[in-house]
Amino acid sequence: MAPPDDDSVPKPLLPQLSRRAFFKGAGASALSATLAPSAHAADPSPPVLGPEPAPLTLSINGRTVTVQADPATTLAELVRNHLGLTGTKIGCDRGACSACTVWLDGEVAASCMTLAFDARGRKVTTIEGLAKGEALHPVQRAFVENDAMQCGFCTPGMVMSCAALVDRNPKCTLDDVKQAVSGHLCRCGTYPNVFKATLAAAQGGGKAKGNT
Amino acid sequence: MSTLPSSPDTAHAQQPGPSHSPLHAPAPHESGLKHTSGEALYVDDLPSPPGMLVGHLVTSTHAHARILRRDASRARELPGVHAVLLAEDIPGDNQVGPVVHDEPLMAVDEVLFLGQTVALVLAENAAVARRAAALVEVEYEPLPALLSIKAAVDAGSFLTTPHVIGRGDPDAALAAAPVRISGECMTGAQDHFYLETQASLAVSGEDDTVHLWSSTQHPSEVQAIVAGVLGVGRHHVVVEVPRMGGGFGGKETQAAPFAALAALGARATGRPVKVWLNRDQDMAFTGKRHPFWGHYEAGLDSEGRLLALNVELVSDGGWSTDLSHAILDRALFHLDNAYFVPALRFTGRVARTNLPSNTAFRGFGGPQGMFVMEEVLNRAAELLGLDPAVVRERNYYREAPAQLTPYGQAVEGNRLPRIHAELMASSDYARRRAEIEAFNKGSRWTKRGIGFQPVKFGISFTTSFLNQAGALVVVYTDGSVQLNHGGTEMGQGLHTKMRAVCAHELGVPPERVRVMNTATDKVPNTSATAASSGSDLNGMAVKQACEVIRERLRPVAARLLQAERGGEVDALAFTGGRVFLPARPERSVSFAEVVHAAYLAQVSLSSTGYYRTPDISYDRVAGRGKPFHYYAFGAAVVEVEVSGLTGEHRVRRVDILHDVGTSLVPSIDRGQVEGAFIQGVGWLTCEEVLFDAKGRLVTHSPDTYKIPAVGDAPEDFRVALLERAPQDSTIHGSKAVGEPPFMLAIGAVTALRHAVAAFGPSRTPVELASPATPEAILRAVEVARAAGALPDGKD
Repeated sequence: MAPPDDDSVPKPLLPQLSRRAFFKGAGASALSATLAPSAHAADPSPPVLGPEPAPLTLSINGRTVTVQADPATTLAELVRNHLGLTGTKIGCDRGACSACTVWLDGEVAASCMTLAFDARGRKVTTIEGLAKGEALHPVQRAFVENDAMQCGFCTPGMVMSCAALVDRNPKCTLDDVKQAVSGHLCRCGTYPNVFKATLAAAQGGGKAKGNT
Repeated sequence: MSTLPSSPDTAHAQQPGPSHSPLHAPAPHESGLKHTSGEALYVDDLPSPPGMLVGHLVTSTHAHARILRRDASRARELPGVHAVLLAEDIPGDNQVGPVVHDEPLMAVDEVLFLGQTVALVLAENAAVARRAAALVEVEYEPLPALLSIKAAVDAGSFLTTPHVIGRGDPDAALAAAPVRISGECMTGAQDHFYLETQASLAVSGEDDTVHLWSSTQHPSEVQAIVAGVLGVGRHHVVVEVPRMGGGFGGKETQAAPFAALAALGARATGRPVKVWLNRDQDMAFTGKRHPFWGHYEAGLDSEGRLLALNVELVSDGGWSTDLSHAILDRALFHLDNAYFVPALRFTGRVARTNLPSNTAFRGFGGPQGMFVMEEVLNRAAELLGLDPAVVRERNYYREAPAQLTPYGQAVEGNRLPRIHAELMASSDYARRRAEIEAFNKGSRWTKRGIGFQPVKFGISFTTSFLNQAGALVVVYTDGSVQLNHGGTEMGQGLHTKMRAVCAHELGVPPERVRVMNTATDKVPNTSATAASSGSDLNGMAVKQACEVIRERLRPVAARLLQAERGGEVDALAFTGGRVFLPARPERSVSFAEVVHAAYLAQVSLSSTGYYRTPDISYDRVAGRGKPFHYYAFGAAVVEVEVSGLTGEHRVRRVDILHDVGTSLVPSIDRGQVEGAFIQGVGWLTCEEVLFDAKGRLVTHSPDTYKIPAVGDAPEDFRVALLERAPQDSTIHGSKAVGEPPFMLAIGAVTALRHAVAAFGPSRTPVELASPATPEAILRAVEVARAAGALPDGKD
């Protein structure tokens, strides 16, 4: 959602813009003007999308899905509203709290700052796809065992970042963990237990790669 | 109903034994697995009912203005818009003030803050709703706005009359005191920044009923306000709370307006309506922790003992009263913190400004009041060249009833002397303070500081009648249990604790107890889950309901066990999913079998429970009474390091010893202590709420408003719960924990002052503003360094 001071005048939907620039509207027209050509330069023949919904195919938690989505849809909105995967949370909708963290081709990404169409043809893993059937990812288990949550709203995003770290670096240190969750906000202040849980998961022998 | 209940399920039967009680033991979060798998549902996660509309608020663009004209006709014509509602479309009362009825749901002829609701757009999706909102025409005539406490005081703009608590003759005692200190101090607002923003979903039913799912700490109040707005009886409104993604006080009263808008929209359109605020809207529209201005005059002896204290407090209530009254009361009740003041006069008043209506926030005025006292003691210690921890110790209340609080309550069971001694030893305070002094002598631009902070916090709603709670426990014929209680889960672990209490009383494994969504049709007329009282009040109600059922099951079990001789019935133990005579544990029957037998014997398997806190009352006019059931205690030692070049600081180490009585679930309580401390450090060091000259919030997202992040957690964090400390007349000897540890963070201020002072000569007065942001610390360092440039002897 746009900040309240940005939504005074509806703007026509423009293709080829980052969502950020798009929401800036007229106030950011200079930015749009510079962004649009560079986007064209990067891709010689981009299909023009929107404003009407267009088909989009991507892999979600190992399953290929095709949906009709408005090109302005963020990946967070896509998984929550179109696919019913509400484990991914929207805390700030501007990439500043990391509650919406998912994996894009195995790398962590802020899904509120990713256009759904930028995930076209790619592999998206959400919190719902992290466990292998009934077998929890070691980080999921460790979060429960170490009480690394209170209200739970930041938890899915935290788990995604910590699980990515443990999978990538099973020998991770406390500093690595702090680095991995440095963009995550937890208002309940569970940081100490998040550190503990992630290190415990790593020491227990991470692996159990998610369902990418 | 024609089929008999299934035969008792013995899969969960365990061996009998006392160790099976889940009480007083660490436990996983009741929803832990759901949180880590993404299955846990918050209001905005619930499946959208068919035809659901989005409710979007049109809000004022002026902090204070007369409304000359409102016209929604163009907005209503936009395709996809189902309705645009104005105040005159409200069928009942245009009123959502929770205590004082001074808060219209939608403005009619005047707006009193920037962000006040003027109209509600109901549209098929958020994009259409936003477009329609821009087409709602509202013409304003701007009026002068009061945007600070000072402006309000100068204009004589107040929401309350003064509340005065006094004792002795403070003016005479001040005049006679060997050491006198006076000054002003200010604490700032704090946004709740619950990760889950305000959200409500309303679905209309038959007979003018409405069912709401709301992220609120106070479902009964939401129910009452929605009923008032719709003009129906409260029995036509059901409010259900699945869970909250954080509350911290911000959803005690301030969830209600958004729920009322959703309900109003559902009534007007016949469609389900969701009102969800994005982060920027949430921060701009809702109230925060009250900023407080304080003026103090203190008299002490030359060893730092308080002799007299006059304090005047003024809080910024914002545009409406909300809970400002009670918050100011609690600030006055906590001005003394842990210290006896022989002669005093505490006066408090709430100013009315044209800002969002400030509201409950963890500590509820307590931190703001306590901050003034700690400022006085810090300044006294700095002036007298004493260790601030020593000054505090010299002022502790002695054992009751020798010394009473300013409002006349005895400080029963004062554990601070014990906590002080244990924490001083375990934290190695004296040695570390000496090492810091030595470090500072050898370091020009980096200085360290250490601070000690004791806390005494009164437990109970100070509005005495609110101290009541209910529960409804339902046992099914397979021995499984549904637990309903009046409290809401916002991450504080209440459901985990209540499940443990229920499982303990019925003697079943916690997995057999399912904690249900909080709902007004299960447990009615509840108080807010607030004031740290959730476990105390609801725990007792749950216990009572379980006891009723257990006593009904007792004779049934005795029959099954052929243990019906005198005394045997009463001696039966319910534990670990089994029922048995402790003298003959080898012969037992499962809880499920007992329940099944009870059903066949036509015994009721459900019960309500109810609790009210005994013997508390307060006379506001006289400023006397016993507002608190008991006090919670704790203390912290905080060590920081400050850069004199940038004003940045690090929290190097924190030691906390906190009194939670006999902890119901120690893992939960430890988390509360850690989280409260970190949140307190946020309030005091990095969270700064700023409005521009027109009353527009400029810190309305995490881009500009900084809550503690990973790097702000203490680098070395040692939290211990006080051992062997059962509390009388509480649920299983436990004590409230939600708020008290928040104030331990004031120790960070004492530590920062210690470090800042080291930039100047000995006994440099420290001028450190709150919050102690890098800018504020840098300014304080500059002042301290400038003092060093002046000749000695200046005062």
